[in-house]
Amino acid sequence: MLEVCQLSVQYRGLLALENVSLRLGDGELVGLIGPNGAGKSTLLKALLGLIPIAAGRVLFRGRPLPRQRQQVAYMPQRSQIDWDYPITAGRVVMLGRTTAMGWFGKPTAQDQQRVQDALEQVGMWAYRHRPINELSGGQQQRIFLARALAQGADLIFLDEPFAGVDKPTEALLLQVFMTLKSLGKTLLVCSHEWGPVLTQYDRLLVLNRRVIADAPPHQAMTLENIQRAYGESLGAILADPHTPFLAC
Amino acid sequence: MFLLDPLRYEFMRLALASGLISGLLCPVVGTYLIVQRMALLGDVIAHAVLPGLVVAQFFRVDMLLGAFVSGMCSTFVTAWIRTQSRVKVDSAMALTFSSFLSLGILLFTLLRSRLDLEHLLFGDILGTTLTDLVQMGLITLLVLGIVTLFYKEFLFYTFDRLGAEAAGLPVRTLYVGLMALITLAIIVGMQAVGVILVITLLVGPAITAYLLVRELHQMMLLGAVFGIGSSVAGLYLSYYLNLPSGPAIALVVFGLFLLALLFSPTQGILTRPKPTPGDPSR
Ligand SMILES: Nc1ncnc2c1ncn2[C@@H]1O[C@H](COP(=O)(O)OP(=O)(O)OP(=O)(O)O)[C@@H](O)[C@H]1O
Ligand SMILES: [Mg+2]
Repeated sequence: MLEVCQLSVQYRGLLALENVSLRLGDGELVGLIGPNGAGKSTLLKALLGLIPIAAGRVLFRGRPLPRQRQQVAYMPQRSQIDWDYPITAGRVVMLGRTTAMGWFGKPTAQDQQRVQDALEQVGMWAYRHRPINELSGGQQQRIFLARALAQGADLIFLDEPFAGVDKPTEALLLQVFMTLKSLGKTLLVCSHEWGPVLTQYDRLLVLNRRVIADAPPHQAMTLENIQRAYGESLGAILADPHTPFLAC
Repeated sequence: MFLLDPLRYEFMRLALASGLISGLLCPVVGTYLIVQRMALLGDVIAHAVLPGLVVAQFFRVDMLLGAFVSGMCSTFVTAWIRTQSRVKVDSAMALTFSSFLSLGILLFTLLRSRLDLEHLLFGDILGTTLTDLVQMGLITLLVLGIVTLFYKEFLFYTFDRLGAEAAGLPVRTLYVGLMALITLAIIVGMQAVGVILVITLLVGPAITAYLLVRELHQMMLLGAVFGIGSSVAGLYLSYYLNLPSGPAIALVVFGLFLLALLFSPTQGILTRPKPTPGDPSR
């Protein structure tokens, strides 16, 4: 169980998050949506303690989360990675085992096995020797998901795993999420994907600096909530009966 | 004998050993600079050792210590400017670089330093002494040992800093460690090619390797091969053609880079696989 109380984050005077409170139960798949600049990435980073928080608490199983980072797997937003870095897909996934191996540790047979399982689960085992810049965007996303899987964490934060991903890959990622859920893992997934895919989440957190809504998909994606998060103009487009309804 | 002739001289043997050591060490460490897009930082540190050298000589403490402290300071100043403001890293580096160099020159004049500026700036590989060589060798062993021991942590850190921090790696310590390694490598490389050209050895052989390989450790290993090759070839050129050794080494490095750029099997301008029309594989 992850508990966040009254979390606020500031970037040099700019208030990026204000009094954000939320709870994630074990085995929950929660979607984090909101417009560009809403503070979604900021929230994930603040939960992990990667950026200083101005106020609030983040507790995982009753203890501060930043002190138990082995329990969290984090997949950064695409733009944070240098895709020309000289590294192969398999080695990226092995990075997920770094803390488990410990200082001076070498990959054991068990580490190798976990990496193989993770790569197979996302259908990328055949690509393990490819440099990452020779993979497509969707394949790159899968590799990063595999890294999170290989880590074996209980809490998984994914920043826009669906960015630039085609339908089959999206389906594959969702299938992996479901497997993880059934294993009791907690997933917090930041996303810009709208439409039917939103119904896959147990809960949606609509964010724009503050929590606008925190409810099951159908209750979260109301016209009013969308207007409050994305502004009146988008609300007006969605309200027009001639546009295909994007929300679920 | 063409290759053996220069070895008759003690100074050439020492110079070759010194070139070998810096040719080995600089590319290994320089690889980290390149993959972090911080190649210029090498230049910053190299110039920033000057104030430390002047002060160390004035107070008769170990010059290496002075250079190290001063070089490290410049990395902290750069990082500080970058994190405390929205100034980008390239501007922060340019400012730090010129300020430390100015401070060095100022101190040089004020303290009436007897440092040999020319040797410092352009290297004095032919003046390498046995003591220098032993010091360089020890530093090299230390640095290579650390790179080997903490390879996976440095890999994670330089590839995905946020991910590494999220996974619980002590990223600040890793950063300082990396800066220390780079500073030490520069101090070693300076002996061979001087402050102004040490960036060549740090960056050149490693980017040449970058064009040919797909993984970080391969980049380091092949980079070291190119580094050693360039240093040795440069020294022979300078011996036979009576050229200054630093620039000779630097130009061999560049020549190798050009060859790789033109002929790399995968990425070479002349040799990379041409996409055939209608081939959807890319
Ligand atoms: N390092 C930073 N320094 C200063 N301001 C920042 C920084 N990172 C983000 N911000 C600001 O904080 C706000 C939230 O940014 P954040 O990246 O969390 O948004 P996001 O919801 O992830 O957006 P996107 O959908 O575009 O990824 C934005 O207004 C942004 O300008
Ligand atoms: Mg974001």
